[in-house]
Amino acid sequence: MRYLPLSDADRSAMLAVVGSASIDDLFVDVPAEARLTAPIAGLPNHASEMAVERHMAALSAQSMSAGSVPFFLGAGAYRHHVPASVDHLIQRGEFLTAYTPYQPEIAQGTLQVLFEFQSQVATLFGTDVANASLYDGSTACWEAIVMAGRITRRKRAVLSAGLHPHYVETARSMARFTGDELLTSAPALVPAPDDDAVIAAIDDATSCVVVQYPDVLGRIPDLAKIAAAAQAKGALLVAVVTEPVALGLLESPGALGADIVVGEGQSIGVGLQFGGPYLGLFGCREKFLRQMPGRLCGETVDAEGRRGFVLTLSTREQHIRREKATSNICTNSGLCALAFSIHMTLLGGAGLDAMARLSHARAQQAVARLSKIAGVSIVNSAYFNEFTVVLPGDAREAVRAMADRKVLGGVSLGRLYPGEAQLAGGLLIATSECTTDEDIAALATALEEVLA
Amino acid sequence: MNDLNPAGWRPEMGPRQHPAHETAAVHTATGNRGLQLEEPLIFEIGAPGGCGVDFDAVEGGPADALAPFVRKAPLALPGLSEPETVRHYTRLSRQNYAIDLGPFPLGSCTMKHNPRLDEKVARMAGFADVHPLQPVHTVQGALKVIHELAQWLCTLTGMPGVAMTPKAGAHGELCGLLCIRAALEARGDAREVVLVPESAHGTNPATAAFAGYRVESIPATADGRVDRAALEARLGSDVAAVMITNPNTCGLFERELKAIADAVHAVGAFVYCDGANFNAIVGRVRPGDLGVDAMHINLHKTFSTPHGGGGPGSGPVVLSEALVPYGPLPFIAVEADGELRLIEEEDAPRDHPGAFGRMSAFHGQMGMFTRALAYILSHGADGLRQVSGDAVLNANYLLRSLEDVLDAPFGASGPCMHEALFSDDGFAAGFSTIDLAKGLIDEGFHPMTVYFPLVVHGAMLVEPTETESKAGLDQLGMAIRSLAERARAGDEALKHAPMLAPRRRLDETLAARKPVLRWREPA
Repeated sequence: MRYLPLSDADRSAMLAVVGSASIDDLFVDVPAEARLTAPIAGLPNHASEMAVERHMAALSAQSMSAGSVPFFLGAGAYRHHVPASVDHLIQRGEFLTAYTPYQPEIAQGTLQVLFEFQSQVATLFGTDVANASLYDGSTACWEAIVMAGRITRRKRAVLSAGLHPHYVETARSMARFTGDELLTSAPALVPAPDDDAVIAAIDDATSCVVVQYPDVLGRIPDLAKIAAAAQAKGALLVAVVTEPVALGLLESPGALGADIVVGEGQSIGVGLQFGGPYLGLFGCREKFLRQMPGRLCGETVDAEGRRGFVLTLSTREQHIRREKATSNICTNSGLCALAFSIHMTLLGGAGLDAMARLSHARAQQAVARLSKIAGVSIVNSAYFNEFTVVLPGDAREAVRAMADRKVLGGVSLGRLYPGEAQLAGGLLIATSECTTDEDIAALATALEEVLA
Repeated sequence: MNDLNPAGWRPEMGPRQHPAHETAAVHTATGNRGLQLEEPLIFEIGAPGGCGVDFDAVEGGPADALAPFVRKAPLALPGLSEPETVRHYTRLSRQNYAIDLGPFPLGSCTMKHNPRLDEKVARMAGFADVHPLQPVHTVQGALKVIHELAQWLCTLTGMPGVAMTPKAGAHGELCGLLCIRAALEARGDAREVVLVPESAHGTNPATAAFAGYRVESIPATADGRVDRAALEARLGSDVAAVMITNPNTCGLFERELKAIADAVHAVGAFVYCDGANFNAIVGRVRPGDLGVDAMHINLHKTFSTPHGGGGPGSGPVVLSEALVPYGPLPFIAVEADGELRLIEEEDAPRDHPGAFGRMSAFHGQMGMFTRALAYILSHGADGLRQVSGDAVLNANYLLRSLEDVLDAPFGASGPCMHEALFSDDGFAAGFSTIDLAKGLIDEGFHPMTVYFPLVVHGAMLVEPTETESKAGLDQLGMAIRSLAERARAGDEALKHAPMLAPRRRLDETLAARKPVLRWREPA
């Protein structure tokens, strides 16, 4: 058992110090009728590194990996190139195997990274402040709704039709228990999001308006207009960014008037990972600081006056405030935040701009090519790196048929909105700097074949 | 001669004498101290416009329809070349303590060795480079990992079902309470109160409140366990659930959990068990045999997925027969032909009508599932039983090695489980747990959990885990002994510790009073 350092001689010597005859005797407090006296039956015993690796490799081979085929999926998780140095650095044992930085004198590495991460996220989002991460975009979105409720003392949130349906479901599941009221609707396959419908839903009881930017169909809402309308009624604008690379090219939500900006940071540094672990991003106006969920890292000085960093404002948090905390979150996404921050440091503003322009250019190429296919129509007027097309039949069938041709051709709206028959022909297609001319050609060919 | 020798310090050498030539304060122009390197912020090294990634040139600009949305000013983030980036983060990493460097005896945190096989496995393309919304027939391997891990967790806990999607322990607590709430609502029985022992982790009451419940506290007995009489006296038709940590945060097994569970069930309420300390009992007792209805398992504790400086975690929740129908979406079902199917919103009305909803987007922490499964397969049923045995032995060894110099408030009540609890009783006036903890930093160790649980004065909760060797424990024990003696003697120097870490004690009051939470261009 290669991970257990004690030898039998060690165990005997230690049991002598403890004054017990055997390890089993240390479990006397477990009621005898519940105490197991042997390894649980029906489970295999320990295995060598080689055997475990072989087993896991065999399972891995049973999935079609994104990098092995032309790939166009998005809908809240995007495939971008992550520089090799990112993965190397996050595997430094001092980062990988550290705990939450409760002892700041020996955790300045993690803490400085968090301070830099907060600074990067706040700059990217155009907010005054950002926290040190939450679990993912969908849970960050719910936390924002709860926070807006605390600030406005209202319990009705308007969720725009363009909000990712998993985010809506996550909020709906929670709201069922907290008594929050959520106004939701499914999107329509029209060229631009219906900002006026969102604005019309705001009234004096509205705590916040939650608007995804770009939205789930890849369209781009007019945040400034919605922010003004919300704030005129005393409500907050919560902007949700599921593709942060877009902010390399698009105006930041904070600059457009959003009060709280949340997002999914997975695109930058983290990778697809079948949906997790991901990275919840959370920024807001400084005046709402003490209502924020999650950990915050702040600058201070040590006993010799040297700059240093600590976790701060923890009187908002569960380990101090218990049932009065702003959130129950404890462990968050530290290592994913590190990966994001390293990748962002390599990119800088200029690199993110280049990455965004390239991702967008690939989408333009794909739009140009796919719009030549008979029966396929492009929905979006504006888009960043993801757009919606409408196929003549059920897009789910087309996606499966393309996968059989070794093309991962997008996300069908039928998968995301199973109850909405009018969306069944919709197919979301996402590109990135990873997309090649050959990939676009393969997508077009596969689509032509499955529609023929 | 008791000085440092070329082979380094060994436990049998005992405490090192202080050589006359050793001095702490050496002035340098850079602020660096040999290999201890100061590192500026990226904003102070790089400038906007720099970049460490090469991209193909783009012909043409954004589409006309996008133009109104394009940034007016460039994004003001510095970019560093790859060598600068590698050096920045490598230097920062060296200011961290980590399990790779030495024991990390944080009680209730289970900081154990992180096998590197698990890192390798997690990066296999069929797990790491797979999109969560790919057609289900293209992700069978990834689904098999989740399913195989789920079966292990059910078997190890003796529970019939598990919700795999919660993203950390506190998220798992929320999942469990929402299952309970959904089960109660399904029988038309709205209840308002969740009972939480005062020794509980802060996440327990916070979670209960987040799920819409009112929290009431249950006291502990003098021997460090839940006061069963007080708990049973409070039970009634308004109580939805009791949240109990077992083993508890005093490092003790709740002997009466089964009887408590029976009493809880008798009033129609549920037992939520905080499984943060499952490492102490894995392979030795199944929570399902103790009457537990829901328990989260921190994969980043018991099953050794790396803690990463604060996550990601993963908190699957095992569920009793009564709660399985209410577990969240999505989950995996096995078809007759062995193919795995994902039950999402579409199939839920038919296959899982009681589901309370969805905890988050997608399917949970896949990257943690692969690591945990590799860890579990490596140990097997026999190895996991040895894990808990060695973890408990190591804790008891430290408890008995130190109880002559540190007060062990529950030491007389028998063996502890995986963590040993001490108090600061007996320290000289003006000395407290913080001084011993900060002294441990100078000795080259991460401190134990301090001032928690709240039921013990100046608590020190020491969890060595099973991956510490006897020699490692002897060294840690000797360091704690030395510091305990200094604290009892009132050694003023201890008040200034740490002296030798990258930073001295930091001003946390200043940080909270004038929050500086991001870098800004100096005025």
